[in-house]
Amino acid sequence: MARGTDSYFDKLQRTRAWRSVFRSGSGYSTLHRALAIQQNVFLHLFSTKVRRRMLTFRATWYLGALTLGTFFILVVTGILLMLYFHPSVPQAYADMKDLKFVVSSGMFLRNLHRWSAHAMVFLVFAHMFKVFYRGAYRPPREFNWVIGVILLLIALLLSYTGYLLPWDQLAFWAITVGSNIASAVPVFGGKVSFLLLGGHQVNANALLRFYVLHCVILPLAAALLIAVHMWRIRKDGGLYVRQSEPRIEPSAGTLRDSQPDDAVVKV
Amino acid sequence: MTEPKDYLAGVGSDIAKSQKRVLFVTRRTSTKVKVRDEEQVQTFPEALLRIAVAVELLVVALICASLLFDAPLEGIADPADTPNPAKAPWYFLGLQEMLHYFPPIVAGILIPALLVLALVVIPYFNVNIEAEGLFLTNRRRRLNIFYIASLGLSLFLLFFKVYVALVPTLIVAAFMLIAASSSLDSAKRYRRYLASKPASWWIMTWFLFELIVLTVVGTFFRGPGWSWVLPWKG
Repeated sequence: MARGTDSYFDKLQRTRAWRSVFRSGSGYSTLHRALAIQQNVFLHLFSTKVRRRMLTFRATWYLGALTLGTFFILVVTGILLMLYFHPSVPQAYADMKDLKFVVSSGMFLRNLHRWSAHAMVFLVFAHMFKVFYRGAYRPPREFNWVIGVILLLIALLLSYTGYLLPWDQLAFWAITVGSNIASAVPVFGGKVSFLLLGGHQVNANALLRFYVLHCVILPLAAALLIAVHMWRIRKDGGLYVRQSEPRIEPSAGTLRDSQPDDAVVKV
Repeated sequence: MTEPKDYLAGVGSDIAKSQKRVLFVTRRTSTKVKVRDEEQVQTFPEALLRIAVAVELLVVALICASLLFDAPLEGIADPADTPNPAKAPWYFLGLQEMLHYFPPIVAGILIPALLVLALVVIPYFNVNIEAEGLFLTNRRRRLNIFYIASLGLSLFLLFFKVYVALVPTLIVAAFMLIAASSSLDSAKRYRRYLASKPASWWIMTWFLFELIVLTVVGTFFRGPGWSWVLPWKG
């Protein structure tokens, strides 16, 4: 695209420093825009093109993207909260009080983390049901659906492990209810519960283990699987479109719903 | 699922001997175009811009919520003081509701394990891929299975007095009966809609309905000793 006047951004893009960072180079051509996706380690998880009608709100409700958005908020606010939090008893509870009364914007930080966590759990469920009702679990997307189910469990565990960290009555008893369930597993239930809590009841060891799970193990697992989840969307042929195919009136006798959509002749 | 073979490699599949390859299409031979190439746009900037706007709106909404509502913080954890009721986070209240009726091994282990298993296997069954309307083929046989399954489940829930789960089950069963008495040629639009729905759709909708009802009941309608309370009465 010919541009009469170069903006500062155009000039910046042509600098040697910029070019050393961004492999795709500058420009407004379709090729450059494709390269901007393809040549970027993070963006290459996406395909370079997307079907226009999948961008409409009703196609996906943007639930997957919004879930990812809550994950980003949670990582940022979570790291900031870690600066003020000691995973020990009773200091953890005192830190909650400090966040409220001492740390500037501390309460806002904790609120944002908590409401985003609730939003993420809600959005993960909503995303799953939306994908199901669109029929987007169909082959070749089976495994991405399975990854999604695992991510649902990780989201629940992330939220659940975070629930204990404030070390107030709400946290303590919610986790106690949960760990009692774990110990009901036949044969090795007691062992599972012991491993999770680092003891026979919810105590300082449990707080430390939940902290490590919440801040290290589960977020890493989530980040890894989110990357695979999005990469598989591209590899499996982009967002599923059948539901937005032109509707054929059911009264025509046959139901198009039952036809495999990817009837592409494979050569 | 194994990929159905649409073709057989014919003569000369050994590239060293013959560089011509012949392809015999044996099944689904129609070359009729069923899916057209549809209009595509560049992910950058078209899709990424929309995603960014969507996420920003979400961030604004969450920031507003965070400014308006404070996260709860009760007294310091005290193992000697059990609150009544001790509630799990909201997304586990459906399970906790079940825990009220069934032993932990059933409500805490068996039900969630079966749920996860059921979710995982959905895409691996052809019946869910084809997604035919449940009662459109083998109507009599499927109706019998439906009667046995829904009656068995209802009696089971009735026996354990799980009325909270029984009501959604009966409502979904009523809609399934409407579906069974409808076809794709029914005059009413909702009947055609219900008739076209496959078994997996009914099961998932029942699950979603139960999930919502049990979570709402667990969150708002359960008080001391897990008794039924009305949230608007103090």
